[in-house]
This record gives sequence, structure tokens and C-alpha cells, in this order.
Amino acid sequence: MRRLKTLYTWFDSRLQLGEPIKEIALHPVPNKTASWWYVFGSAAFVLLMLQIVTGILLALVYVPTAGQAWNSLNFLNHQLTLGWFLRAMHGWGSNFMVAVVLIHMAQVFLFGAYKFPRELTWILGVFLLLMTLGMAFTGQVLRFDQDAYWGLGIGASIASRVPFIGNSVVHMMLGGPIIAGATLSRFFALHVFVIPGMLLAFACLHLWMVLKLGINEWPMPGRIVRRSTYLTEYHHLTKKDGRPFVPGAVWKDAFFSAAILAAVAVCAAVFGPYGPGGQPDPTIIQTAPKPDFFFLWLYAVLSYLPPSLETPFLLIAPVLGIAGLVALPFYAGEGEKSWHKRPIAIIMLTTVAVAWGVFTHLGTFTPWSPKMNAWSGGSPIPVRYTHDASPLQRQGAIVFQSKQCRNCHSIAGVGGERGPALDLVATRLTEDQLIRQVLQGGGNMPAYGKNLSPSETTALVQFLETLHPPNQPAAADASRQAAMAEPVPKP
Amino acid sequence: MIEEKLQVGEDEEEQTPVDPLTVSRRWLLLTIGAFFNAVVGVAVAVPVVKYLVSPIKSDDEYKSWVSLGSVDTFPVGETRLAKFTNPVSRAWDGETDRVACWVRRISEKEFQVFAINCAHLGCPVRWFPQSGLFMCPCHGGAYYADGSRASGPPERGLFTYDARIVDGAIQINAGQMPTLSNTARLVQIENAKGGSPCAG
Repeated sequence: MRRLKTLYTWFDSRLQLGEPIKEIALHPVPNKTASWWYVFGSAAFVLLMLQIVTGILLALVYVPTAGQAWNSLNFLNHQLTLGWFLRAMHGWGSNFMVAVVLIHMAQVFLFGAYKFPRELTWILGVFLLLMTLGMAFTGQVLRFDQDAYWGLGIGASIASRVPFIGNSVVHMMLGGPIIAGATLSRFFALHVFVIPGMLLAFACLHLWMVLKLGINEWPMPGRIVRRSTYLTEYHHLTKKDGRPFVPGAVWKDAFFSAAILAAVAVCAAVFGPYGPGGQPDPTIIQTAPKPDFFFLWLYAVLSYLPPSLETPFLLIAPVLGIAGLVALPFYAGEGEKSWHKRPIAIIMLTTVAVAWGVFTHLGTFTPWSPKMNAWSGGSPIPVRYTHDASPLQRQGAIVFQSKQCRNCHSIAGVGGERGPALDLVATRLTEDQLIRQVLQGGGNMPAYGKNLSPSETTALVQFLETLHPPNQPAAADASRQAAMAEPVPKP
Repeated sequence: MIEEKLQVGEDEEEQTPVDPLTVSRRWLLLTIGAFFNAVVGVAVAVPVVKYLVSPIKSDDEYKSWVSLGSVDTFPVGETRLAKFTNPVSRAWDGETDRVACWVRRISEKEFQVFAINCAHLGCPVRWFPQSGLFMCPCHGGAYYADGSRASGPPERGLFTYDARIVDGAIQINAGQMPTLSNTARLVQIENAKGGSPCAG
């Protein structure tokens, strides 16, 4: 023990770190902040450490060239002892990190922690979120498979919409005219050097400010933040109703971080690594690219925007969003911190969370996309739809299947959801309306006039006319019935 | 090993007073030093920036005529997938220097060559000869056989390559990923109306 003490003194008299660390560890924090609500920031930091360690371990094997990256990932997955587990840890660590950072941000917003004097801590936090998302996106690119390749294509297509310099931005992003070796190399540099370096520096600054300015006190309704009095009040609070950070509050951080790391390991062991999916050969076009979970909401938004709004949205909304987040502590730097007294903040957070959840959910099953194989790979029209049908109507069912109508329209619950389900279409459209809709399209449906012969059209519409419940007749044009009716003989 | 705590940085002795002229001279030297650093910094930054922006080139520098093979491999009235190697490529590109495109042979001499990339966000469109449509798997864009927009989020029709026939082979002017910013040739712009049945 004495020897250990001597060794410590020898090092510390050279390092000179003992005193400042002791000061940081023992700084008083308000009693109520020793709460399970205050554990997300430290968990995010621990996850960052996990990502750095697992990232370095993967970099020992990964080959960052377009020709070999995919092979080296498969080698990691299948040939190297526990390579799959390291990949899974890194992949799930990324998911957990994005999730924890988002929860941390929501908690900080809800607790009013961005107010005076912690404005800059919040702003750095906004950039930390952006960098975390940047890591998630560039990491997805390094998993150089089909999704990564076409995801880059989507990124380049978005970049190309920048007015005037769009083409140059695309060239800079791709490192050349196409997605290829140069593209992977620069995303590797971004993912391994540039963003992590900034992320680590920003995270340390962020933490430094939390330690120096003190953790945000538990918000109490009626305890108003004022620039003139806040620092004294906070000082009193920590003196009167405080406890040293170590061990008074930090043990909860330690428990939660360990639980999160365990959760990452369990997910990694149970669910395994992400991909890689299909090989990145751009001439294999039988693919339906999809982004990773945390970008699904964007994928959904991009398919629901009207074409005319798309470019302005893509280019302006992110700028406004980031500007809004950065401006928040300046707009609302004083006042109430408690969520009991901030209804608008609650509404905003709920709206964002619900919208995010809905779009993410939609992104998981992409109702806007045609099901490319519904006409050939799915089940045929069920027998009950054609059992009592005439030969012409049955021929129509064949036309329906072979002309890929089912890629966009479902019948009996099978098929695309791009267009409406057609199980009851005859109750909504009359025969004439059906013919017009098929031939001329409209309402986001292509026109099939050139690709259906008159006999095919007739058969198809005859089949569609049968799609109504037995107790509900097909829609009919009343005037036509009157016109076609037998003239009533004059008395 | 017995170590006393070192008295580092705890020397509270007052510094000897220095002549103010000496101080201002030191500040002047620092200013000149900073200026010198700025000059060297700019001189070094110029090649760095040039190196960084070197991928930015004009379309013509990247594009050249590439052969897609004999015209006989593309039957009249059909639309087929063609593959070529991008004229600008590097040894370590692997499979990624390969590019696919759709070749539509309208008549003996008439061709249309469409980019594989959807005009919306660049996903690979697939041709369905039965319904005569190109469909995109990402966000549901659809195009008619002639490349004009049929439905979905794209603002325009499919991107086309300039094509020509040389010695019985079809050639296209290709070299970079077609996007909204580098393909000025508009095929058709119209709102989602489904298009005219005569346009396809």
C-alpha cells in the first residue's frame, strides 16, 4: 500500500492531474439531480468510447477499397473468430448511440437545461447530434453493399439539387464522376478520422462545460431563470442542498452505462451484425435499397412530398431545423424550466416524436413503393374471386396479374399499396369510369392505353366489375340506365 | 524509491520588472511571427484546396463515347438492359466502375438510351415490358416506355444518354452519374396527371 502511494506520488508530481481531477470529482451537485433522468449523457459518452474501440478493432481487418470492402466484411462475418460479434457490437453500438443521444437531447429540452448559462453546451450538443448522425450515415456507407451504393446515389441526387454548384458538390461528395473507389476512400476518411476527431473534441468540451457550469438543477415550477440571479441561486442550491458528484450521483451513471453496454452486447449476440447485403455491383438492379433505421423517417418524407416541394424542402428544411435548434437557447434563455409550465415545449416535443415515429413506421414497410414481384412472385388471384366468373372475367383476372396491376394494387390483401386496394373497386367506380382510369390513368396512376389491347381492356374491366360484396351492387351510372332502358310504350 | 512531492509551478517569487519598451518589442515580434505564419499558411492552403477540389471537373472532361455492343443485340421494339464500364475508372474500383442503362430500340436506326438512375433520387429503375413501364423500387416513381414521367415523385422523365451508331455498334456519351444538375436535357415535365395515353 505504501509502495502504491509512493508510485502515485511519483506520477502525480509529474502529471499534475490529481488535484484538478479531485476537484472535478468532488464538485457539489444539487441533490435532486442525482436522478435516473440524468444518466443519458454519460451513457452516450460511454457508447462513443465503445464505438471507438470496436471501430479500431474492425479497422484491423477491414479493407477500405471499393473492390475489396465487401469481401473483407464477409471475411469478418464468417471466417475470422468472433469477427461477426465485433461487427455486431459496432453496428448495435451505433443504433444505441443515436437512440441515447436523441433521448438525451429530448430530456435536456424537457428539463430546460439549455437555458442560461448553458446555451453553448446545448449548441455543442446540437453539433454532437449532427456528427453522430454523420457517423451513422458514413458507417452505413462503409458497409459497402447494395444499400450503401444506392444510398450514396440518393445522397448524390440530393446534393445535385443545390442550385448552381450542384454538380460540383456531387463531384466533391463522390470524389469523381461516379460512386466508386474514390467515394469509399473519402467516406472512410470521414468516418475514421474527420468526424470522430471532431466528435471526441466536441464531446470533451461539452463535458467540460457540464462540469464547470454545473449540472442543470431539477426544474421546479415557479423557479424562474434570470441572468442576473441564476448563478448565485445555483451556487446556493449546490451548497445548501447538494452532494459531491462522486459518489453521490455518479453511481447511477455507472449502473446505467453498464446496463447499456450489456444491452448492446446482448443485441449483438442475439441479432448479429448488419449485413453486408448484396454485393455492390451497380449492374445488379434487382434491389430495393433502404436506409438504416434512423434514416427511415427521411426516406418516408421523401416519398410523400409533392415533387414541386421536394428541392426546397431538402435544401431549406435542414438549414431551418439546425438554425432553430441553435437559436433556441437565445430565444428562450430565461424563464421557466419546468415542463409543468411549458405547454408549448411539450407539444413541440410530442409532435416531433409522433411524426418521427409515424414516418419511421411507414419507412419499415414502404407503402408508397410498388411491390416489384407481386405480379410474378406473389400468390395468384384467389379462387373465390374467379369461381363464379365468366370466361371473359377470368381472362380479365389474368390480364390483371400479367400486366403488373398488382404491383401497386392489392387484392385479397396481397400486392402493392401504392394505389388503393381493389377488393371493392366496383362499388366505387362505374364501368365507364374504370375504363377511363385504366386507359388514361390519373391521380398518380400511369395510363395503360398503349399497353392494353381493346380486348384486354374489356376483359380487365369486366373482372374489376365483379369486385364488390354480394349484398352490395356495383356502382352504376343512373343516367345511363335511364338512357339504355326500354322506352315505355305510350298509352 | 522515496519521492517527495515536487514543488512544480508553486514558485510565488515575483518576476523582475521589465522595461516597457522591451515588452512592446516582444509583442511586435510576436505580431510579425503571427503574420509570417499567416503568409505561410495561405501559401500552403492553396495547394491543399486545389488538391481537395480536384474531383470537380466539367462534364466534358468526364464524358466520352462508350460502346454498348452491336446493334443486333437490341431487337427492334424492345427495351433491354445494357452494361458498360465507366470510361473514368480506377484499378481499385472493383465492380463499382460498371454501369447499367436501358436501351430502347424504336426502329432500325432509332434508339433511346436511358440512365438506370431514377430522376427522383437515383435508385435503379426496372423495366416491365408487360405493362410498358419503368418502375423505381425506392419511392415509387414510374415512367412510360419512352422515358416520360408516368407517376410518383420524379419531377421529370428518365435521364437519357446521347446515342449514336458507329460501325454497327451503339455508342453513348457517358462518364458520370446522371443527376438533375448535370443532365439538362429534359424529357418531359408535367404534374402528376398520369400522362396522355398517346404520349407513351
